[in-house]
Amino acid sequence: MSNPLADMEKPQTIFCIGTNMTECHPVAATRLKKAVANGARMIVADPRRIGLCDHADLYLPIRVGSDVALLLGMAHVIARDGLVNEAFVRERTTQVEEFFEHIKGFPPEWAAEITGVPAADIEKAARWYGEVERGAIYYTLGITEHICGVDNVQSLCNLALMTGHIGREGTGINPMRGQNNIQGAGDCGALPNNFPGFQSVIDPAVQAKFEKLWGVKVDLEKGCTKVAALDRCGDEIKAMLICGENTVVSDPNLAHCRKALERLDHLVVADIFLTETAAMADVVLPATSWGETDGVNTNTERRVQRLRAAVPPVGEAKPDWWLLSELAKRCGLRGFEWQSAKDVFNELCEVSPLYHGLDWDRIDTGEYHWPCPDKDHPGEPRLHSEGFINGRGVFKLLDYRDPAETVSDEFPVWLTTGRRLPAYHTHTQTGRSAGIDYLLSEETLEVHPDDVADWGLSDGEWCTMSSARGSIRIKVQANSCSPRGTVFASFSFADTPVNILTGGGYDPATDTAELKVCPVRIEASFRA
Amino acid sequence: MTTLTIDGQQQSFTPGETIYEIAERAHADIPTLCYDPRLKAFGACRLCVVEVEGVRNPVASCTAKATDGMVVRTATPTIDKHRKTLLELVASENREVDVDPLRGYASQELAMLVDRYDARTGRFRGKASGKSQETDQNPFILRDYDLCISCYRCVRVCAEQEGDHAISVRNRGFETQITVEFDGDLKSGTCTFCGQCVQTCPTGALADRKAIRATELPGPIEKARTVCPYCGVGCSVDLQAKGGKLVGVLPAMDGPANEGALCIKGQFAFDFVQHPDRLASPLVRREDGELHPASWDEALDRAAGGFMKARDMHGRHSVYAVASGRAPHEAAYAVQKFIRVGFMTNQVDNCSRA
Ligand code: SF4
Ligand code: SF4
Ligand code: FES
Repeated sequence: MSNPLADMEKPQTIFCIGTNMTECHPVAATRLKKAVANGARMIVADPRRIGLCDHADLYLPIRVGSDVALLLGMAHVIARDGLVNEAFVRERTTQVEEFFEHIKGFPPEWAAEITGVPAADIEKAARWYGEVERGAIYYTLGITEHICGVDNVQSLCNLALMTGHIGREGTGINPMRGQNNIQGAGDCGALPNNFPGFQSVIDPAVQAKFEKLWGVKVDLEKGCTKVAALDRCGDEIKAMLICGENTVVSDPNLAHCRKALERLDHLVVADIFLTETAAMADVVLPATSWGETDGVNTNTERRVQRLRAAVPPVGEAKPDWWLLSELAKRCGLRGFEWQSAKDVFNELCEVSPLYHGLDWDRIDTGEYHWPCPDKDHPGEPRLHSEGFINGRGVFKLLDYRDPAETVSDEFPVWLTTGRRLPAYHTHTQTGRSAGIDYLLSEETLEVHPDDVADWGLSDGEWCTMSSARGSIRIKVQANSCSPRGTVFASFSFADTPVNILTGGGYDPATDTAELKVCPVRIEASFRA
Repeated sequence: MTTLTIDGQQQSFTPGETIYEIAERAHADIPTLCYDPRLKAFGACRLCVVEVEGVRNPVASCTAKATDGMVVRTATPTIDKHRKTLLELVASENREVDVDPLRGYASQELAMLVDRYDARTGRFRGKASGKSQETDQNPFILRDYDLCISCYRCVRVCAEQEGDHAISVRNRGFETQITVEFDGDLKSGTCTFCGQCVQTCPTGALADRKAIRATELPGPIEKARTVCPYCGVGCSVDLQAKGGKLVGVLPAMDGPANEGALCIKGQFAFDFVQHPDRLASPLVRREDGELHPASWDEALDRAAGGFMKARDMHGRHSVYAVASGRAPHEAAYAVQKFIRVGFMTNQVDNCSRA
């Protein structure tokens, strides 16, 4: 997030797109609800009539995968109606003329055709966002899990640049990160293109720095993404270490994913349970769990916070850093002689400019947001207040593209996937916590009641849902949250593996899977 | 500058502040029952009353705005006697005053005040207000309304903090009852089981059903401040352990990301840690094709051996690692360093692409 969570109570206009916040980030959503109660206006754009809509002043029911069109239409209106922050555009941005020329071609009527949202509502949303002093954008995977995920994000950035809604209190571009430490995993350099602190692996200066720090030669060539790696299992890639990820349930195109892991010569999984993925491994290493582990997490607002153990580890479980240091030792490597989580974290702070001013003791109360480059630095709750990292904010010239697969006679229904409040991801933890099944005991497919009738289904009965990649059986739940022609399910239950169906395409820039759009066919099935 | 005098001390304040807020800053310890700093002041319990010079009746300090030149006394004999009587009355309406601290964050408030004002006299014979909803079998929240004192903190936290409006108040006086629409179970309404009503309840009338399973476990409750393991909001929590077992979670009121708020996952989905499915020892796949328990030495040798063999036979890019977005920094840092230092490759990623 460019802005801190506390800022969520301060915008005059809130624009939420592709974020089911009341279920996925409930505590953040409470802040938006408070802002609304205090007079802020909220716009929600989502294919489904999610819980957040109950608090919204304007709901834009966009067709799955049509975000770029909506955002181009809004940009057009902001320019057309004179709501551009001229001073900001002049002083802080570039590629201005080309951009304003470009968006002339995308009037709201055009956007209405593609998105299914009335042009008047697109205009209203654009005006509400453009005319206030403090407008803020919030998004989640509904924006990124598309073949055009990067375009979606850049379309949002264009809106913020046009209006100058960035770098100030109550504004910003705010992705809500999904996992407790997904931000941290990237910060720490678990990326094929970056060392810790997002330092590029192809930069010779960075290479020299790490060779000096670590005392070994490091590679100047980028690695491949996990998605590419799965494609190359058995070919280029022979051995894999997977830490705490249930790949064969969470990933798209499960059949492909399972086959990929089977083709490896050597698979090592570190986890707290024998997940579906761990069960395929040659070696399974028992890791300590949350509640048993000291360490550090960084949340969605870049706040660096300490984790503390409350109970001793179960059985012989060990912290991940320990088992990696042992592996390293056995491979004859040096530089892994850590005695504690503190040692590892302090080493990270040494090598990462974003954390350079932090250390284990300094983050005791969690008051710092990175970047914190030196010991006198207070951290930065709000990014981009003075300038952008690369100088000026660049307007991007974007165009709408269809999803990788679109509905057809064979697969006439849009499936979109997501999460539900009581279950977390593949449910390995929430599913093993007492009582959660009282609220959610199985996966169901949300189908609009009129479609249930039209398609010859019945509420609570089984149906078969197929895509180009496979088919699964799932119980129907009549529910008007999804619009007609669009159905919804989560991937939290391994016995209803929705991700067998997904995986039609990937964003070419990031390899992020298009989990939010998958054309399917749905048939009643009478087998119990 | 606007100032007032509290117990003989001059205090400056910003217009709009209540007497209670200023007194708190001045460390005058005014007792409260219906007050939760995160909610709009309600002025129902009248325990926070103070004397204001020139005003005949005592004033509820949590709702009264300060004015310039005000002279306030927070603990005169009259005021203290009034508080004691109030607490005697409140205590008399409840089945019990002393409840297990595992019931919730604020569950000890009433008992502590009763002790502070020496109000365990049994001078009044109260008629119990509220009726327990023993029929609500939800696994998270015990609704023991025999202990309800009608402070409405639960109703207010649900509406103001959560924006959920899942519960409301019916009737007044002794007939007061906190209810869900149509008298149903919490599940039948809009309740999200965030547990906020439990944690603000000052008597334990609303209780954490999962935590109180551990009431009989011996030993003191030990607390550790950590961060919720689920989404990226990063809510701070205090874990409660008893005898080496995790027994409950309390929201951290001073948690920078959440300021005391939690959702169902952070509040109630903690006991996976002790689930019998937890891996307790390393496993290796043996000749029979099955995974078998093994020593750390065997497992680590096998794991490291496989990586070195791949590198030696197929080159440095043949080894790949995926770090977790769920494990702490130390795990991710160690994974990428292992790959980069050990194999001179950048074949590492995390699970953010799905
Ligand atoms: S658990 Fe949360 S949503 Fe349910 S009644 Fe209590 S405060 Fe309201
Ligand atoms: S308590 Fe809920 S909102 Fe807070 S971090 Fe945990 S999962 Fe996210
Ligand atoms: S705390 Fe002021 S009236 Fe209850």
